[in-house]
Amino acid sequence: MADVQFRFRDDEPVADPAVTVDAFGDQTNASAVRLEPGDDAAALIPHLERLRLVEVNFPVWTDGRGYSAARTLREAGYTGELRAVGDVLIDQLNQMRRCGFDSFAPSHELDADDAAAAFARWPHVYQATGDGRPAIWALRHAQ
Amino acid sequence: MYKYDSYDQAMVDARVAEFRDQTRRRLEGHLTEDQFRPLRLMNGLYLQLHAYMLRVAVPYGTLSSAQMRMLGDIADKYDRGYGHFTTRQNIQYNWIKLEDAPDILADLATVEMHAIQTSGNCIRNISSDQYAGAVADEIVDPRPYAELLRQWSSFHPEFLALPRKFKIAVIASETDRAAMRLHDIGIKLVRNAAGELGAAFYVGGGMGRTPMIAPLIREFVPLDQLITYSEACLRVYNRHGRRDNKYKARIKILVHELGKEEYTRQVEAEFAHLLNQDIEPPLAELARIKAQFVDPPFAAGLPDAVDRSDPDFALWVDRNTLAHKAPGYAVAVVSLKPVGGIPGDATADQIRLMADLAREYSFDELRVTHAQNIVFPHVRKADLHALWSKLEAAGLGTPNLDQIGDIIACPGLDYCSLANARSIPVAQKISERFAANGKQDAIGELKLKISGCINACGHHHAGHIGILGVDRKGTENYQLLLGGSEGADCSLGTITGPGFSEDGVVDAIEKATDLYLEQRQDGERFLDTFRRIGMAPFKDKIYG
Repeated sequence: MADVQFRFRDDEPVADPAVTVDAFGDQTNASAVRLEPGDDAAALIPHLERLRLVEVNFPVWTDGRGYSAARTLREAGYTGELRAVGDVLIDQLNQMRRCGFDSFAPSHELDADDAAAAFARWPHVYQATGDGRPAIWALRHAQ
Repeated sequence: MYKYDSYDQAMVDARVAEFRDQTRRRLEGHLTEDQFRPLRLMNGLYLQLHAYMLRVAVPYGTLSSAQMRMLGDIADKYDRGYGHFTTRQNIQYNWIKLEDAPDILADLATVEMHAIQTSGNCIRNISSDQYAGAVADEIVDPRPYAELLRQWSSFHPEFLALPRKFKIAVIASETDRAAMRLHDIGIKLVRNAAGELGAAFYVGGGMGRTPMIAPLIREFVPLDQLITYSEACLRVYNRHGRRDNKYKARIKILVHELGKEEYTRQVEAEFAHLLNQDIEPPLAELARIKAQFVDPPFAAGLPDAVDRSDPDFALWVDRNTLAHKAPGYAVAVVSLKPVGGIPGDATADQIRLMADLAREYSFDELRVTHAQNIVFPHVRKADLHALWSKLEAAGLGTPNLDQIGDIIACPGLDYCSLANARSIPVAQKISERFAANGKQDAIGELKLKISGCINACGHHHAGHIGILGVDRKGTENYQLLLGGSEGADCSLGTITGPGFSEDGVVDAIEKATDLYLEQRQDGERFLDTFRRIGMAPFKDKIYG
């Protein structure tokens, strides 16, 4: 199990192991769940109250289903930890953050300087994704 | 034309810095080629048979003179003195060095250009009608909507690792000049019964190995929901598009397998949800963009007459100019299909000349067409002769627009690592054959399209005559298709039968066109005759 390398939260990390979506349905006390690319994030929406950690696995970074899963959870009001795990690379950090991920556990440790540069790369953003950053169109018409 | 503000410029500059950093990490060995490949592809950089190829985006095909001049300068400075205009209204350079690529992107950024998302499994450059803003049959200029979508799709964090590439076209007239229904999403601006402007969405079209014509999934999306609806279409695709087989990963397969109704139902559910997420730019943003696409200051009271005393000029006027919406003006098209030439290629000097001529004669504006030609959208009729003379002197006066010599061809096996067969020599032989036999004029409109492999970059499915190059036991073999169309009467071509050698396919095309000349009735195009009499007589003629 890879360590969390970047975390943008102040609360205590959840110690419980993340269970599969199937197991989560059966274990009414579980607070951490792990989504695989084919899992339907919307199935977790009825249980957001007890969820404190959702891990979204990227077995290969080119499988982008996890981005939609992240936004689906955030749009449904999930405020717990949303962790990207697996094939998490420098050049995906920023777009993951924009989709709502706030912790990152790459399977291979990333260069800290390169990662810092990647998180800070974009001065502005074109889209509203619910990550709190105003879209460029909002800045243009802010008055 | 759209002008970047400080936000747009900052985004493109940041992209240059990002790619410079990625290239550095690759050259220093911190990134493997496997890790780097998708990153360079997002910036339009392919590794081809002989060198890197860089594809530069020309959003909705519109260029200023300064941008066109830069494209010429890049061809000289970093390539071998020429560029290749593509069927996506972009330009490609075929002989690029990896270490130069960041500098090229930096040069492009100085003229508000980039190579963002011209490749990779993301939303690609958005294409549109090459005559937008110049012809009378559009209900509105489609380009502001394409620009709105360009900004939304640029670096969209959710959609940078889609199952497969994703192409969007926007049009605003009944005459479809952008092959709209052969795109992943085709958007057609329409008016509803109340006279309000909105967008019809066609989703799931495409060419490639499984060509499909996109079905209409929604007749009317209000303008202030355009981005939200697009996002819903993409999210359903990102979640459910097939990832087990790259040949079945395009959205057309998802729409086909789910069925149009089920796909639409899922999109509508996602759309209803997203309407509450405040992701739509305000109409004021659309108004801001629209203000930059106002008509240039057309002069009033210009004469419509053209002095036709020079027969070569008169021929070019008849073939390569179109009616403009403003009296006294014309749309002029430069054919990049000289007899025996490489379709879509232009030298650095030719590119710079066209830039100068656009400044002098066309309000500083040019267009790239998906048929790999260049348009001067707004030329005074009184200036046509001067424009033509300068084009003609530079080898750019070929009078064959939409004729059999105006061939669309992909780069094929001469350049492309995916190709099975060469496209360019076939195009050259066809144009030479029909120049020599003198039948081109008699045949009239005939759209001929050649792909060097099943990926169909040369749009062979949509050609009145299409050619598909395949590899048959180590030998290049060419299949012939008839009856395709990319227009409002969109249809897919049908294979005639067994394939041909390179020379054999040229002979077969001549036979097919001979049959057309024998059989055509009052003003029918080749396509019309084919549709009326069907494949059987063509088969008899070709194989008999």
